[in-house]
Amino acid sequence: MLGASLYRLSHAVFVLALVSIISFVMFRFAGDPCYAILPIDHTPLQYADCRARLFLDDPFLVQYGAYLERLSRGDLGVSLHYGEPVLGLIFQRFPATFELVMLSGILSVLIGIPLGVLTAVRPTSRWSGLSLSGSLLGASLPTFLIGILLMWIFAVELRWLPSFGRGETVMLGHWDTGLLSSSGWRSIILPVITLTLFQIAVILRLVRSAMLEILRSDFVRFANARGLRAGRVNYIHALPNALIPVVTIIGLQIGSVLSFAIVTEVVFQWPGMGLMFVNALQAVDLPLMAAYLLVCAVFFLVINLVVDLLYLVLDPRIAVERS
Amino acid sequence: MTDPVLSVRNLSVEIPTRAGILKPVDGVSYDIAKGEILGVVGESGAGKSMAGNAIIGLLTRPAHISGGEVWLNGNRIDTLEPEMLRRMRGKEIGMVFQDPLTSLNPLLPIGDQLTETILEHLPVTKAEAEARALKGLEEVGIPAAAQRMGSYPHEFSGGMRQRVVIALALCAEPSLIIADEPTTALDVSVQAQIVALLKKLCREKGTAVMLVTHDMGVIAEASDRVAVMYAGRLAELGPVRDVLTHPMHPYTHGLMGSTPLASKGLARLNQIPGSMPRLGALPDGCAFNPRCPKADAKCRANPAPVMNERASCWHPMIPGQTS
Repeated sequence: MLGASLYRLSHAVFVLALVSIISFVMFRFAGDPCYAILPIDHTPLQYADCRARLFLDDPFLVQYGAYLERLSRGDLGVSLHYGEPVLGLIFQRFPATFELVMLSGILSVLIGIPLGVLTAVRPTSRWSGLSLSGSLLGASLPTFLIGILLMWIFAVELRWLPSFGRGETVMLGHWDTGLLSSSGWRSIILPVITLTLFQIAVILRLVRSAMLEILRSDFVRFANARGLRAGRVNYIHALPNALIPVVTIIGLQIGSVLSFAIVTEVVFQWPGMGLMFVNALQAVDLPLMAAYLLVCAVFFLVINLVVDLLYLVLDPRIAVERS
Repeated sequence: MTDPVLSVRNLSVEIPTRAGILKPVDGVSYDIAKGEILGVVGESGAGKSMAGNAIIGLLTRPAHISGGEVWLNGNRIDTLEPEMLRRMRGKEIGMVFQDPLTSLNPLLPIGDQLTETILEHLPVTKAEAEARALKGLEEVGIPAAAQRMGSYPHEFSGGMRQRVVIALALCAEPSLIIADEPTTALDVSVQAQIVALLKKLCREKGTAVMLVTHDMGVIAEASDRVAVMYAGRLAELGPVRDVLTHPMHPYTHGLMGSTPLASKGLARLNQIPGSMPRLGALPDGCAFNPRCPKADAKCRANPAPVMNERASCWHPMIPGQTS
């Protein structure tokens, strides 16, 4: 188990290096930050001074080398827009996004998997039909539209829930949480639903098709021939086997919630990393953009690592091969 | 004579399809007494397995029992509610499937699979169930059974897995075992061991066995009586020695002629011309008539008669006669 984890970690370092190159290269084309920094009536001298201050006139490799050197010291640079260290800015916003994404990920798994089993086991029940058509809706409506619709119904018309922001937050050490106040909970409901509907739809359909496959297999027929209860056959025998091919995709799916969160955060003015990234794009805040991408990459890698370790727990056949 | 354990009367199974109703089992009747092994032979698609699944109530839709009765220990079971049928499976009727590689749940230790079956059907504590499971594994000849309780199916060979499957089928002490091609997927060297094991255990426990196979060697080795099926119907039913040495139905005769026997040396094997008709395209009259050397106008015009003496045939062969 330890060996497998270390092996994965070496992969992770490689992937991170790649992401740093890509983000560094890509954002060279995002525009000239000096135009965003300088006042509109700047002189050519001020402009040249700005370029020099940001080392923008150095050759690409020199710039990248300096970037890596700073990265190795844990210095992600200073935001051009805010004039503060990027890392601090990211960590200020990280809790908001993390709470949103994790809540959405957990909910989509907790709702999507049982619904997937239900629709596979009882395809004719009314609940199955309802969940299947609901999932079609969730999968086909764009996230921002769901967000706006929810906001219109529950915030504007019914006035049950707030339409933007995080509500009251509490500092827990360095972690700025919204999950300890009732206004925080009320604020997170609509963004979480917006993010989760699509994820539930995807997970439901994945689990359903995997279950339909497994339910036809011999060991499920044998479990039935042994007179086991339907619940036991479905959840103890069929489901874990059905999950094996699905776990990877569910992991990636939860990772992708992070990118969907950008749209949701903009719609609900959620003060997280996604909203900050969109603002950074507009301000051509290169260090902030690059740092955001790195944080996202780390998040994906951690989820993938968790998924790989989950396989070791789920499937005894893999554990034997690696030990 | 004591009452039979299993009594099947005129059992028919139907599958409605777009092209019409298929009858994979058509008016089959037989009894199995306590401790008796009834071999059921026939080609693929003759309805052997379908009859077994019908008896244990595991037909998959749209196949269903369309007529006849199934009695187990004096109780009619083909009309039971699904829940009652479920309780009976495993407890009254055990089943052994063809492929031991796929009939065990790969993610659950075999000890757990045994224990769950015992706990489902017998009023015992967890510890007692585990003790019984261990005893079951010892009975089927798993070496070092106590250490193997926690092993997963992939840690066993095919023959050992089939022993585990047999232990599973027998663990709640059913009065009937339906063994559906239990040796077909095994190495030839292991086949005889498994047949001998099944025979020994069922003799000791007085379990009735319906042994479905297309292997005449297995029938000759294990069974007391043999039922020969052709196109969903019973062609011949009688004591194994009589049927094998003096077949009365021309089909059985053909089958015997096409089975290599050491006593016959290297003589050329006979083959039955043609192949079994598809269920959707059964000929008029006796289903075997297009391939039968003795067929005449009567056979082409009338369905085969109800069992006379031993064979369901208008022109049964007189023992000793050759065609």
